Amino acid sequence: MRLLWLIPVLPFLGAFLNGVVLRNRVSKKGAWMVACGSILATLMVSIYAIVGYISSELYANHEAFEQTVYEWLPSGFMGLTDGSFANLSIEMGFLLDPLSCVMLFVVTFVGFFIHVFSVGYMDHEPGFQRYFTYLNLFMGMMLMLILGSNFLVTFVGWEGVGLCSYLLIGFYYDEEFPPYAGRKAFIVNRIGDFAFLAGMFALVAHFGTLNYQKIIHAIEANPLGVQGEYVLGLTFAGFVTLALFVGATGKSAQIPLFVWLPDAMAGPTPVSALIHAATMVTAGVYMVVRSNALFQLAPEIGSVVAIIGALTAIFAATIGLVQTDIKKVLAYSTVSQLGYMFLACGVGAYTAAIFHLMTHAFFKALMFLGSGSVIHAMGGEQDMRKMGGLKEHMPKTYWTFLVGTLAIAGVPGLAGFFSKDQILAATFGSHKLLWVVGLVTAGLTACYMFRLVYMTFHGKFRGTEEQHHHLHESPPSMTVPLTVLAGGALVSGYVGIPKLGHFDYNFFDHFVGRSLAHVTDHEPHHASVGVELALMALSVGVALAGIYLARKYYGGDKGLSEGEKWAARFPALHRLLVNKYWVDEAYDKTVVRGTWSSARRLFSFDSKFIDGVLVNGSRHFTVAMSLLSGFFDKYFVDGLVNLVGWVSRRASHFFRGLQTGLVSQYALVLVIGTAVLVVFYVVRMGS
Amino acid sequence: MEFLTAHGQAIFFFLFAAVAVAGALGVVTLRNPMYGAVALLVSFLSIAVLFLLRNAEFLAVVQVFVYGGGIMVLFLFVIMLVNQHQLMETKKYVDNRWVAIGVCLILGVVLIQAFMPAALSDPASTPAAFTDVDGEARGNSEAIAWLLYRQYLMPFEIASVFLLVAMVGAVVLGRRE
Amino acid sequence: MGALLEIGTMHYVALSLVLFLIGVVGITTRRNMITVLMSIELVLNSVNLNLIAFSFSHGDLTGQIFAIFTITVAAGEAAVGLGILVAFFRLRQTTELDKAAELSG
Repeated sequence: MRLLWLIPVLPFLGAFLNGVVLRNRVSKKGAWMVACGSILATLMVSIYAIVGYISSELYANHEAFEQTVYEWLPSGFMGLTDGSFANLSIEMGFLLDPLSCVMLFVVTFVGFFIHVFSVGYMDHEPGFQRYFTYLNLFMGMMLMLILGSNFLVTFVGWEGVGLCSYLLIGFYYDEEFPPYAGRKAFIVNRIGDFAFLAGMFALVAHFGTLNYQKIIHAIEANPLGVQGEYVLGLTFAGFVTLALFVGATGKSAQIPLFVWLPDAMAGPTPVSALIHAATMVTAGVYMVVRSNALFQLAPEIGSVVAIIGALTAIFAATIGLVQTDIKKVLAYSTVSQLGYMFLACGVGAYTAAIFHLMTHAFFKALMFLGSGSVIHAMGGEQDMRKMGGLKEHMPKTYWTFLVGTLAIAGVPGLAGFFSKDQILAATFGSHKLLWVVGLVTAGLTACYMFRLVYMTFHGKFRGTEEQHHHLHESPPSMTVPLTVLAGGALVSGYVGIPKLGHFDYNFFDHFVGRSLAHVTDHEPHHASVGVELALMALSVGVALAGIYLARKYYGGDKGLSEGEKWAARFPALHRLLVNKYWVDEAYDKTVVRGTWSSARRLFSFDSKFIDGVLVNGSRHFTVAMSLLSGFFDKYFVDGLVNLVGWVSRRASHFFRGLQTGLVSQYALVLVIGTAVLVVFYVVRMGS
Repeated sequence: MEFLTAHGQAIFFFLFAAVAVAGALGVVTLRNPMYGAVALLVSFLSIAVLFLLRNAEFLAVVQVFVYGGGIMVLFLFVIMLVNQHQLMETKKYVDNRWVAIGVCLILGVVLIQAFMPAALSDPASTPAAFTDVDGEARGNSEAIAWLLYRQYLMPFEIASVFLLVAMVGAVVLGRRE
Repeated sequence: MGALLEIGTMHYVALSLVLFLIGVVGITTRRNMITVLMSIELVLNSVNLNLIAFSFSHGDLTGQIFAIFTITVAAGEAAVGLGILVAFFRLRQTTELDKAAELSG
């Protein structure tokens, strides 16, 4: 447990070694051994820490383990919004509680296997060592994010993963699109970060600290304190949660800030798996769950969260239905599943959200890696229309991918079923309309995912001859992680079996539930057994319907023809979906163009006025002043100096006259002196 | 005639004062130092007479002997020793002579007008003071002697030493190497 | 006018002053060393005259004694001065005062 601080440090060490010390000095093997080794070490330390925590007294007392490494920002005295004063001190500290245990396990476990997968996948790519440097750096940042004991450490990790996302999306920087996509990701993220910061500022001003434990205890002690009128007609809790949620929409690609995620597919596929499926995008969910104390006290914002989550889920699912790029389908699928997680948060089912986060990490990472395996075999081709019938050529990839697809579709027995079902059940309890949306989305999810499977693995191969020759199963370095993750997708659901009456073995719920704050008396709705079973049956039915549809239009040997016919029946709708509801175009016309034009205007102002008038003006002024100064110096100062010289010369000239050596002159001087004395004396005597 | 007898002192004074001044002017003015020496001698002798007018008989004689007989002779010897020919061609006066003259004139004026308010004449003192020794009238020389060898013995001795030193110095300076 | 005829101390003082100033003019003005020395003697004499006059007015012989010493010193000084002059002449073959500017600079 005490080694908690080591967990973020080890990946940083790996990044440092690969990026600075051993740069261009080791072979590929050396590079990946350092990188994978550091993550393996991190995984082991994490497991050790988790086990240590669970078996400790702190856990038994429903307490978290907090470790402060050093006092980072001793900012000192500050005044709070309620007029009192506090000593603000932000520490570099880490927190280990059930919530962070789960996140930690997911991140390190999945992260490790993705590292291993990358060894095989990136084998032929240039920039091998650079890739692993960035990947390690990302891991370090993500771990800081999850383990941070206060909002600011989390924020450091938050920004850090944003940076690594940018670096990794734009990994193929010599092409035109990836750097653009990287910039887009970073900038859109940044907009969310602004809101996150606003939330943090409000928190600091209200509580005088950013420490999670302290804030939660303060809220538990005085729940009404955060429910007073604040700004914009919101309560304090409402404002903060809204701000934090906007930040989350940026990081976790929800409406309105989701546009970067599909374009982020320009990065290497393992990156998509790690960052844009399993870990980084879940940071928003994590952050919302961490702040559950505030969200519980701001139900109106909770509704907003749920609505946006549900809307995003269905929205992204519809787009995923018509995508032709395999990775884009998975990207929109991620956006959609994240929507589910936020839906869960919005209705107060925080543990369900984290549960789905965990299962989603397994099967989405699995599917991304699977797609990576496919792309690798196809020699870089990502268009599904050119694939087909790959199951014969890549059986391991196919079967593991299928496991993932079944999981996401919500087929009973696999992980996705349990987690998705828990979310739908919780939603049904409070927002029936959103439940419907969620249900429909589940159907769509099953549909587009199986569409992907049929198009890619079934039927006849539609690619070129050359590609056909190239098809092969991936090396073990790639298939083993697939297998492991498939295992995870299979079994990880069983830790969260829903509570059916007296059958209460929902370990997961109890485990993570310890992390939740107790600020309301609101008990989550526990529907009766009958309703639960009915809901389960409905979701299974919807899933099967989706699979059936997929099979009908894409299954077997149908190829693309049926799909195209289906699309031809709804041309307008099809166009709308293919163009992704024209969201990117809308943003471009308004925000992007607006920003560019105001930037141009500012630039012209800067160059004309500031540079032209002020800088050049000050230049002229300075030249004039220096001329004046020079003139002054030359005539006055130098004149003074010259005057001194002149005076000296004249004086010496004069005094030289006194030293002629002429006796008569000396005698005269003597006489004059005496005369002066005498006259002086006489005058004095006279008066 | 009465004028002469009544103002005998004044006549003598003014006469010999004039001569003294004339002689002095001669010293300062004449180019040839020989002539100057003679003028000086004349001036000395006049001053000796003026001493007499003030009942300083001894001193008058000393003046004549020492100054006239001693110092002027010395001067004349030296003048004759030193070649003066080239001096005749050069300038007589120093370049800034007018400054000197001016200063002296100013000094003179200042002093004159400072002292003029003082009484021009004072009661004549008794000649007895200059000739009496312990009440007895002996003569000026004796009176001086009594004063000199008793009260002012020390300065007298020192003066003699001084003369010795001067003599030695003069001899040393005048030696031919 | 009558006061002027009555010879008193002031007459002697005035005369002494005149002789003194003439002597000073001679010292500071003349180029010839011998003339300068003679002017010095003249100055000393004027002082003697002053002493005698005041001695007479005070009725004190002390002034005359003083005058004796003055004469003594003058004599000694004249001797030494002329000795210097002779030595200088032997060196420079001239008695021009301006040539004795060793102290210049």
